[in-house]
Amino acid sequence: MTGGMNNASDIMTIDLDLHRARVAAAAVLDPEIPVLTVEDMGILRDVCRDADGTINVVITPTYSGCPAMTVIAMEIETALLKAGFDKAQVTLVQSPAWTTDWLTDQAREKLRAYGIAPPEKGAASASKRALFAEDHVACPKCGSDDTERVSEFGSTACKALYRCRACREPFDYFKCI
Amino acid sequence: MSQHLSPEQTIGAPQDWHFESLLRLADTSLILGHRLSEWTGKAPTLEEELAMANVALDLVGQSRALYTRAGEIEGKGRTEDQLAYLRDTHDFRNLLIVEKENGDYAVTIARQVLYSAFAMPFYEALTGSADDVLAGIAAKAVKEYTYHLRHGSEWLVRFGDGTEESHERAQDALDTLWMYTGEMFEMDAVDQAALATGVGVDRAALKSQWDATINEVLAMATLKRPADGWMISGSRTGTHTEHLGHILAQMQFLQRAYPGQSW
Repeated sequence: MTGGMNNASDIMTIDLDLHRARVAAAAVLDPEIPVLTVEDMGILRDVCRDADGTINVVITPTYSGCPAMTVIAMEIETALLKAGFDKAQVTLVQSPAWTTDWLTDQAREKLRAYGIAPPEKGAASASKRALFAEDHVACPKCGSDDTERVSEFGSTACKALYRCRACREPFDYFKCI
Repeated sequence: MSQHLSPEQTIGAPQDWHFESLLRLADTSLILGHRLSEWTGKAPTLEEELAMANVALDLVGQSRALYTRAGEIEGKGRTEDQLAYLRDTHDFRNLLIVEKENGDYAVTIARQVLYSAFAMPFYEALTGSADDVLAGIAAKAVKEYTYHLRHGSEWLVRFGDGTEESHERAQDALDTLWMYTGEMFEMDAVDQAALATGVGVDRAALKSQWDATINEVLAMATLKRPADGWMISGSRTGTHTEHLGHILAQMQFLQRAYPGQSW
């Protein structure tokens, strides 16, 4: 991401306002997984300034129908307004398609601590093709690999429901896509 | 958009067939999404309740992006909402298979498998579309169809390889839906124009991949592949089954009764 630097590549000065805007946007939390910021999730793609001075925040949806995107866009606009940017807009881009590989390492740890098994890194493309494949997931509570899938679909589009056979606890798994 | 076809070879202006081909995709996603959402509150198990709602959400989400793009290409200022809510049955271009009634869960699952096994390679091919926006939508959609197909296939195997009754119902579902599968691979003048300019893909060429997927799933499910017979079609010209009007009556009621109303 190049948001911290001025867009004009011939001027190598750091745009402090743009940096502040970026920090404000990046701190917005995902409403459905409130321990992760939009930056942790990898859905914040760019923060730039348009010719007329408007701050443009570019985000990408996790899933085509993710209902959180509207709320996220509103919260980013609110965060920028609070930071003093009254001219701001949020743009939604589809391409390149979001993948769980964009979740930062920090995000994976935050998820685990929150009780959600994080997606396996780099597994998004590997698991893509297999027709009857099932991910092997470690329990976020006790760490055991002896887990089973209860349902491929869970409380939100990005999660599946699992159960740990060792500690008997049910848990959410953040699916690889 | 680059033009490789002469005006005589195209049907109408480029924005016409480009718009038309996007509308087919958007309508198919929306109508299937709406159908699956009808299971909300009455799916056979809680887990399937979640599955149907999630899959429906993906499809409606895809349709929103596709309608928005279609509106841009058409250039008449129509929004996603206007395209979804203010057209009548004869203007809809969705594949007939997706407007079929949900039936029992075997019918819904069989339809999911038959359609998703087509949609997955179809959208994968569309990731190379000359329409960058469509290519972007497709890249996301292909990930979603991958697990839609997996979810449907797992259930079809359970049904086929389950009890005598579940086997029979799954086989009945396949037999009933089979004549709706031919339409997915049809290439008419709009598809040809879209293919020639790199916007669309060759639907007919996806048949062998679809055959392989379906044969694999049916073999695991111990179900018989129905014989290819007469295939119904008509969605491209707006000729639909009696079911679409009922869907639209429910789906469009609010906008028809209270024009411009929003949440």
